Amino acid sequence: MSASTTNRAIDSADLERMDVVVVGHVDHGKSTVIGRLMADTGSLPEGKLDQVRAMCAAKARPFEYAFLLDALKNEQAQGITIDTARCFFKTDRRNYIIHDAPGHIEFLKNMITGASRAQAALLVIDAQEGVKENSKRHGYILSMLGVRQVAVLVNKMDLLDWDQDAFNAVTAEYADFLGRVGVNPTRFIPISARDGANIVTRGAEASWYDGPTVLEQVESFRSLDDDFDRPFRMPLQDVYKFTAEGDDRRIFAGTVESGRVRPGDGIVFLPSGKRSTVRRIEVLQGDSPAEALAGQATGFTLETQVYAKPGELIVREGEPLPEVSTRLRANVFWMGVAPLVKGRRYTLRIGTAKVPVELEDVLSVLDASELRSVAGASQVARHDVAEIVLRTVRPVAFDAADFLEGTARFVIASGYDIAGCGIALEALATDDGSTDGRAFAPGLVSASERAKRNRHSGKAVVFVSDSAVAAHDAAAQLERRLFDLNAHSYFLGATDLAEQTDVLARDERLVQLGHIARAMVDAGVVLVTALGDVDRFDLDRLRGMAAPHKLFVVGLGCTATEVGADLALEADMSPGLAIDAAVRALTAVGVLADYEI
Amino acid sequence: MNQLDTLEAKSIHILREAYRSLGSVCMLWSIGKDSTVMLHLARKAFFGHVPFPLVHVDTSYKVPEMIEYRDRLALEWRLNLVVGQNAEAIAAKRTFPDGAVDRITCCRELKAEALKHTLSGEWPRLRMDHELGRLAPDTDTAPYTGVIVGVRADEEGSRSKERYFSPRDAENDWNVDDQPPELWRYFKTDFEPGTHVRVHPLLDWTELNVWEYIEREEIPVTGLYFDRGEGVRYRSLGCYPCTTPVDSSAKNVADIIAELRSGKFSNIAERSGRAQDKDDGGGLETLRREGYM
Repeated sequence: MSASTTNRAIDSADLERMDVVVVGHVDHGKSTVIGRLMADTGSLPEGKLDQVRAMCAAKARPFEYAFLLDALKNEQAQGITIDTARCFFKTDRRNYIIHDAPGHIEFLKNMITGASRAQAALLVIDAQEGVKENSKRHGYILSMLGVRQVAVLVNKMDLLDWDQDAFNAVTAEYADFLGRVGVNPTRFIPISARDGANIVTRGAEASWYDGPTVLEQVESFRSLDDDFDRPFRMPLQDVYKFTAEGDDRRIFAGTVESGRVRPGDGIVFLPSGKRSTVRRIEVLQGDSPAEALAGQATGFTLETQVYAKPGELIVREGEPLPEVSTRLRANVFWMGVAPLVKGRRYTLRIGTAKVPVELEDVLSVLDASELRSVAGASQVARHDVAEIVLRTVRPVAFDAADFLEGTARFVIASGYDIAGCGIALEALATDDGSTDGRAFAPGLVSASERAKRNRHSGKAVVFVSDSAVAAHDAAAQLERRLFDLNAHSYFLGATDLAEQTDVLARDERLVQLGHIARAMVDAGVVLVTALGDVDRFDLDRLRGMAAPHKLFVVGLGCTATEVGADLALEADMSPGLAIDAAVRALTAVGVLADYEI
Repeated sequence: MNQLDTLEAKSIHILREAYRSLGSVCMLWSIGKDSTVMLHLARKAFFGHVPFPLVHVDTSYKVPEMIEYRDRLALEWRLNLVVGQNAEAIAAKRTFPDGAVDRITCCRELKAEALKHTLSGEWPRLRMDHELGRLAPDTDTAPYTGVIVGVRADEEGSRSKERYFSPRDAENDWNVDDQPPELWRYFKTDFEPGTHVRVHPLLDWTELNVWEYIEREEIPVTGLYFDRGEGVRYRSLGCYPCTTPVDSSAKNVADIIAELRSGKFSNIAERSGRAQDKDDGGGLETLRREGYM
């Protein structure tokens, strides 16, 4: 940090920062609370108040504090908050971002957007109307999002003449509900946001209330503890190798979710299980830091090169390992217009991983308004909270929420959209991989008859390499060689797989390729194909689809051992020699029994 | 971590996510303090490299000093600088105040339209040629489908509702009523073909945070932000016909921070010197829906 050139009482760069969300049922007064909080602490930019007052005057509407936030035209017309809006607000102690979350059910996904950023929440409830559906739903969502510090503001007390019994009745009813969903409010505060009572200044009417004002309550929320001393978790966001100006570093980049890591620490990539040691924590300029800590967006080089891909979870050797599984029990909140159903493909995003996923089972659906568990449901409808079992097509690494919250959080995408969010509760036992059960009825010609006629058996040969082009070229040349040897060979180009970044589309392509491989091998053909940039899990997926036939995998270069290749060749081997080696190997395993090279 | 560390980490995470997920992405560089901070964050995120083009829309009404500063940094940091312009509107004088149109129309022509067609590759672009040390016609006409923009939520109402990843449809429309959810570190990064995405890494920063970070990281900014003896400085940089300097004797970054923290500007909105914001109640929102940044 550069030296300060002026003497300042408070260096606000070193102040704490806190995000607070204001939630509650529609019309219970959230925006007014925030408008008051801003105005009464003198936090409004001069221009803003004048602008809104002038706009109200021009439209002959009385000024309301809520208008400060509803700065967008359409929101003023409807008088409800549609999106989550941020307000900036500062005290001597902290800089705050206040998120105004909409209370209308239509905009629940916007409320979640605001609430997920918060370390503390103010739940606003109308004293007259009492506990409404979204008072409950928002309470539950705060619990699931992990917002633990909650104060309840019982608003519009002026309309009840500050009746203490009425306040106590609302408080008792709501506290009972919140307790059942695991939210334990720090405080219930009687307020009148319109009059500014108990927001920043104490309301004279409620002499019976001796607790803090809203501002005092907000100031007493604690900043969340940094997760430095918990196990190290860093989802691998990307691997950089920028070669400009002679840079030869291969940097593993990501944001540290919890814990810390130092040069010399042994690390494990999961689910692949690859291991290496941290060499250096990289920075733009200056000395390399001694460690990377929770919350930092960092990057490091490794002592030994590993071929790891974005989506893996990096952990430290010697610390408790995360779960690695294809089945997980989870709590989920569904936002999609179409319900979450069985038999449909979704994408699970957990950490930086994106994996195709299906709903295996609905254990219970929580009716958020009544808070009753309903068993036996087969789907999760919009705005429902449910406990479910998810099944992914390949293993994912995560933590159970009661162990590490950050790496338990996930979202589910349906098509292009984030349609659900949730937390993983535990990993479930995995049954054997091949659940597919596909079977084609055999014809009247057996595989051995076919092999005898063809003088070779059917086989699917897959070339794998870091370089999709190299794999493709080698595979095409093998087809030519086999054809010249009078074998029934067929080359299928699948290079588009390497460019396919959408996980569902990529998985579909693998499945399709597996089905083709199975049929062609059934037909007695030697199918030759090439895949660039695949890992063990991709290949296992392909192997599963081609079953009962076994693939013959030729690995070119460093990926060979990682993917479990049947034949490992040097990356820089000449194509002619590589083909010779492949033909020899196929002869050795009995595919080309009758051939001589 | 203090708040600048927290802001920095989140912005870097977003920049990396944009680079990883969006196909053809560029960063908008207005030459102002915010987008220059964003450029510095990109250099940190990618360890000294900026792996995407920096697009500048030149309205021809920028102070010449801004253009000199732009070209100097581009050469020094070896940036892939791309420049676009609405040359036709400038030539036809559909500009304010020397032409016959109002401020909003001028902004629409010289900024929104110019940007739209520069991003799509339909209009000619210039690119910094590091061999020649100057701009030269760009032979690449491929469209950019993602653009990283340095807007901040504290600037004005419509920006306070932005997402970090904000899709615009094929008509460039911003559907503010139906924005995708964003939670924890998950953003919507998969889009239907034809969708144009805006990425906003600085959304949570305030004007004060920006200056504190400039001080801490020693980021070079143009001298227009400082009082150079005339008792005025620019607080926000735009086109000179529509941006008035403010009375201020802040001569360096530390002075500006003091002024924002407890001095004369601690309660005055940054864009109060921008005339186009005031022309009608929601003028800026109208423009932003149409593609203004």
